[in-house]
Amino acid sequence: MSKEIDLGRRKALSTGGIGLLALFGGASLLRPGAALAEWNKPAFTSKAVDEALSSLGAANPEENSTLIRLTVPEIAENGSVVPVGISSSLPNVEQIAIMVDKNPNVLAAVFNIPAGTAAEVTTRVKMGKTAHVVALVKADGKYYRTSKEVKVTAGGCGG
Amino acid sequence: MNTNQICRAVMVLALSTSLTAVAEEKAVTDSERIEQYREMISDGNPAEFDEMRGEELWKTPGGPKNASLEKCDLGKGKGVVKGAYAEMPRYFKDTKKVQDLESRLLTCMTTLQGIPEEQITAKPFASTNKESDISSLTTYVVGQSKGMKMKVSTKHPKVKEAYEIGKRIFNYRAGPYDFACSTCHATSGVRIRMQDLPNMRSSKKDAQTAYTGWPAYRVSQGLTRSFQWRLNDCFRQQRFPEPKYASEATIALTTFLAVNANGAEYVGPGLKR
Amino acid sequence: MGKPMKIRASVKEGMTEVKILMQHEMETGLRKDADGALIPAWFITEVKAEYQGRVVLDAQFGQSISKNPYLMFSFKGGSAGEKVKISWVDNKGDSRSDEVTISA
Repeated sequence: MSKEIDLGRRKALSTGGIGLLALFGGASLLRPGAALAEWNKPAFTSKAVDEALSSLGAANPEENSTLIRLTVPEIAENGSVVPVGISSSLPNVEQIAIMVDKNPNVLAAVFNIPAGTAAEVTTRVKMGKTAHVVALVKADGKYYRTSKEVKVTAGGCGG
Repeated sequence: MNTNQICRAVMVLALSTSLTAVAEEKAVTDSERIEQYREMISDGNPAEFDEMRGEELWKTPGGPKNASLEKCDLGKGKGVVKGAYAEMPRYFKDTKKVQDLESRLLTCMTTLQGIPEEQITAKPFASTNKESDISSLTTYVVGQSKGMKMKVSTKHPKVKEAYEIGKRIFNYRAGPYDFACSTCHATSGVRIRMQDLPNMRSSKKDAQTAYTGWPAYRVSQGLTRSFQWRLNDCFRQQRFPEPKYASEATIALTTFLAVNANGAEYVGPGLKR
Repeated sequence: MGKPMKIRASVKEGMTEVKILMQHEMETGLRKDADGALIPAWFITEVKAEYQGRVVLDAQFGQSISKNPYLMFSFKGGSAGEKVKISWVDNKGDSRSDEVTISA
């Protein structure tokens, strides 16, 4: 990775630089998230999957494991890094969300997928213990879900 | 029971049950699942951030002498970083010592930059709250040997001697539990919990795989760990006193392990559970 | 200002694949320090990817995303030499933007 990757630091845009802030007259202009939707606090503080689904406006999604592909390891060697990949063959996917049913806050991430962006995201989540990872996909205004169990093992001593 | 007592108990259990066919079959399946997990997280290693930090430290003047480390000789000439780690430990004429990467960096930081040794060795390992310069420098240097074959020469008698001392340390049983490195790492087909233990005495492949993945980013700690740190952790688990940073004993053990890994491609900095 | 990201973007068969590694503690707010005091929550809440001024991915994160978040996605279009810009903000209002050049 090191060869192909750009050293981000060298090309960093000085978003937080005081000089730039003064130059452009305000933080709001430069705040990268300014144009985004507000962070969905009720959804991200939900303690159960159903509660999170309601907060996302996704009550009773259709269970479907063929149209949603959820890629997780069967066993995670460490719960602090569990890779999760979600993709869907559904047309017009607008949103993908990841939940972990036994985490204190179940919702891990929500991805808004604009037209032209593939309905496929991969990230890594923390899991407090063995639990189900739930994938939620919104396509053409309709919600679908699937889930898989990931066993979280206590780490060994070496490695 | 603390973690280590559990580890020990589980290991003993694994040793005793691995003889039955059922246990072996199960172990293989779980090993494959763990292998799948490791494969899935192999892309995007946060150790790269430590490499970046180390590279900047290498090139930036610092210490009382306000010098960079670009004149540091890691064995392939002043300032040559590329491939240096794949040939370490090695004998250095200026110090008349066999040195591993970390002890050599210590030499360069004290002589070139004028940083007092005690200042560096007081806290040589990173913690969540504080990064470690020598550890980041280590990560940077090892990254410059990625993809190269391990080629540690034992031609020099001092290196040969270090290898033999290292071998004895590897097999030396002591401490309250009468443990040695070889207690865990000289038998095939054993594991601690879900982790297979490499047989570093008689399996060339195991010895190579175990060595070439370190230093590594530990996801459970969120930190990049150096080889000296890794050895210390082994000694801690054996209930040995913690070795002095970059001591002769640790360099000897490193020499033994590095030479046994010769011929393998260096793949670090790695990513571990 | 947050610490720099590592970003890789490459175009293949009309799709640009973007891989991002962010440097962030991602504290859940549920962990305790050595003295037993709760470590306050500190995590990235929003990530945005832009290509030619157009948002190509917009994500919201919760506390369950791993330390040093990794993210991979792809979008239609993009050619070698063009840029992709990634930005994040966290719950303390800190932020970071980095750009990467798309490779072939």
